[in-house]
Amino acid sequence: MHIMEGFLPHPWWEIWFIIAIPFISYGIYRMSKVTKKIPEALPLLALMGAFVFVLSALKLPSVTGSTSHPTGTGLAAVVVGPGITSVLSLIVLIFQALLLAHGGLTTLGANVFSMGIVGPIAAYAIWVTCKKMRISSSVSVFLAAALGDLLTYIVTSIQLALVFPTSTGFFDAFLRFGSIFAITQIPLAIGEGILAVILFDFLAKYKGQLLATMKVIKLPHSTNTEEATTP
Amino acid sequence: MKPRYYIVLIAVLVALFATPLLLSPSAEYGGADSAAETAISDTGYEPWFSPIWEPPSGEIETLLFSLQAAIGALIIGYFIGYERGKRAKT
Repeated sequence: MHIMEGFLPHPWWEIWFIIAIPFISYGIYRMSKVTKKIPEALPLLALMGAFVFVLSALKLPSVTGSTSHPTGTGLAAVVVGPGITSVLSLIVLIFQALLLAHGGLTTLGANVFSMGIVGPIAAYAIWVTCKKMRISSSVSVFLAAALGDLLTYIVTSIQLALVFPTSTGFFDAFLRFGSIFAITQIPLAIGEGILAVILFDFLAKYKGQLLATMKVIKLPHSTNTEEATTP
Repeated sequence: MKPRYYIVLIAVLVALFATPLLLSPSAEYGGADSAAETAISDTGYEPWFSPIWEPPSGEIETLLFSLQAAIGALIIGYFIGYERGKRAKT
């Protein structure tokens, strides 16, 4: 999903920066609020940052004969919320832009928007909806992480199609970039969903109380009967 | 989840990423990001800004990617070990 350095012309790169800034500001506000109110949550923030770090470094092969990488932002959105996840994504994207020439500083706004804003918000919305429908935590986390990952790549395809429409227009260009990004991403999204389920299961077992304090899950003695929260 | 579910999930993970390599061993497996880069360059677009620093070789790039994964894995491993150790003590 990394749009390479210099590949978004004026005015697009500015537009994505302007869109991303309020979300990042909100994320920083949330970060200071959560760590002040629930200091025990700080290791969880580090853990989610680490999860995003690992997953976005793994370039995995796909059925299309090309490679891509997962994002890790779906699980982070479920556990620490989409706002904080935006900030974590920004950190990873800056690391990759500066040290790996992967992505770029001028395309940072656009890349933060796809990986750190739309993906996490979608994942969080899916998680909340699934919980309302009383779907089990494992299935909810899987769907949130996998679909959040996939949506990030769909957003990248849209961002590129807007700037580089083909002669037949935006939609044709969207299909072209979509076939490069989104199709490749399908097995990776499934893989990310599975990894997210494994880590979430651990957190529910060992940090159930903290997750309940952060209103991620409810503990069994309240209304919810969730197997994953039993210690 | 019971341990056997973990084993099933990890087996699915391995299968998921081994399958492409078995199905099409001669594919290029280039990055999707650079495929998009090529598709755009084919339209005649010239990027207006270049990375301020680039890893001098593929090896250095691999080093830095490994470092990124290692930092993340270290923190995750520390967290899991710490929590498990704490629980085992009480």
